[in-house]
Amino acid sequence: MMQSMPFRAALLSIVMAVLLFGIWEAAVVTPEKSTEMTEYEMLMGGAEQEARVPPPSDVLKHAWDELSNPFYDKGPNDKGIGIQLAYSLYRVLTGYILAALIAIPIGFVVGMSPLMYNALNPFIQVLRPISPLAWMPLALFIIQDSETSAIFVIFICSIWPMLINTAFGVANVRGDWINVARTHELSPLRTAFQVILPAAAPTILTGMRISIGIAWLVIVAAEMLVGGTGIGYYVWNEWNNLDLNSVIFSILMIGCVGMLLDLALSSAQRLVEYNE
Amino acid sequence: MSHAFLEVSGLSKVYATKEGNDFTVYDNVNFTLDKGEFVCIIGHSGCGKSTILNTLAGLDDPSAGAVIMNNKEVKGPSLERGVVFQNYSLLPWLSTLSNVEFGVKARWKSWSKSKVREHSTRFLNMVGLEHALNRKPSELSGGMRQRVSIARAFATQPELLLLDEPFGALDALTRGVIQEELVKIWSETHQTVFMITHDVDEAILLSDRIFLMSNGPNAAIAESVKVDLPRPRQRNTIFQQPGYYPLRNYLVNFLVNRSGEKPDTTSGKPKEVNPLADLDLSGAPAEGAAADHTPQHPRAVNQ
Repeated sequence: MMQSMPFRAALLSIVMAVLLFGIWEAAVVTPEKSTEMTEYEMLMGGAEQEARVPPPSDVLKHAWDELSNPFYDKGPNDKGIGIQLAYSLYRVLTGYILAALIAIPIGFVVGMSPLMYNALNPFIQVLRPISPLAWMPLALFIIQDSETSAIFVIFICSIWPMLINTAFGVANVRGDWINVARTHELSPLRTAFQVILPAAAPTILTGMRISIGIAWLVIVAAEMLVGGTGIGYYVWNEWNNLDLNSVIFSILMIGCVGMLLDLALSSAQRLVEYNE
Repeated sequence: MSHAFLEVSGLSKVYATKEGNDFTVYDNVNFTLDKGEFVCIIGHSGCGKSTILNTLAGLDDPSAGAVIMNNKEVKGPSLERGVVFQNYSLLPWLSTLSNVEFGVKARWKSWSKSKVREHSTRFLNMVGLEHALNRKPSELSGGMRQRVSIARAFATQPELLLLDEPFGALDALTRGVIQEELVKIWSETHQTVFMITHDVDEAILLSDRIFLMSNGPNAAIAESVKVDLPRPRQRNTIFQQPGYYPLRNYLVNFLVNRSGEKPDTTSGKPKEVNPLADLDLSGAPAEGAAADHTPQHPRAVNQ
């Protein structure tokens, strides 16, 4: 019997996951203790013998423990994964929303006016390729606050895709639709909101989707630098604790949250999409 | 001095080419339209018909000359001049009904929601789209989209309706059906219509007068041909009217043989022609006209 495509794809995904975890599990068996431990090894508690990438079974068990109590707070060095993710999300969303509030209106103006486009283009071209982390020292010096600096880094990295896509979308609204607005004597404001915005919305949303992806990539690195809280700090802290279980677990969580952010934006995109 | 409803005088359009030369698409175009008239304009591609229409709409500025409507010069687009574009120009994110409401709301800003809806629905009913009110343009066929576009234009009740080859992209069957709907809706509203077409039969079916344009560059309106056939005209019976083929042959003859000649525009208005004036249309075709009854083919020019 032929099953539906999504069903078969899901089945195949599960098979792949089982295979992957199986190989991983088999590849990281604890090395046999071959000789008596030396005095030094005993002093180290046999740590080197234990130093290995944990098998997936351990990671899953650890994940279960962490996820069953995600919001515990036992001081600055030991917070639940939920709290860390919440810090990261707060920074990402704050920087991202600020960027959207600035990028979309400016992108609109740039898209509407070839003069503004040509005037701003050199700035955009120079500022856009700068790695957002390169701003960090300057931000730390000027803002004098690591928390806000992290938000600034998110802001500066999410602004460009939104700005460029908004300008592109607005500049490429079909002339026919503008003519429809003109023959109906729509005011410039009404034209902007009733014709240009809906026409450019899919392109703008594409920019927003690219931005949220980049912001989520950058927050991990930024938090490794500024420290204190957040998922990026958590990864680095667990590395310092040599707790690879937590490192792998948090890597997976970063992936999952990133996927959810992208899903949210892609469903928003579906809302404004239209077929010609 | 009394003025016509719409006066076009000395209109010309010049484009600067890359080599720095001027390219005159049309030159010294003059005509008038009376209120309630249906006028079609026919000419080969490149003679600037669409540019003339856009100038009437106020979407394009003439290089010289002026368009006067109701004693006011046309400067920029206005709700008094509705346009139906060849590619429909519906807003694809709006439903059929919302597209028409878009026009109605722009026209009568103070109307209540229900009044806008009622008015828009009435015009969509006129073009037979009452079953497709909530569909998006992408879910409609080309013919249905053009109906929405026509409904939107008529619903705003402009003083002058400009139709830019509205049926050009439609198949012959659909075209025929919508032509009849256009006749129906026009006979109810009696708006002034200026329409571009490439189809001689369509022009005869719809028009009071047909403007014949000479070929570009330096195109002009050569003749204004009166369509002296009684209304109401019907697509399936108009062929049987005695004056039909002489008129049709006259138009086709112009397009095939004479459109290359430079018209004389010094008088400031196109030459008025009535090919049926000399024919006795009361009964049997007049002598000499019988030979004209064999139709000539190119049905549509500009293929």
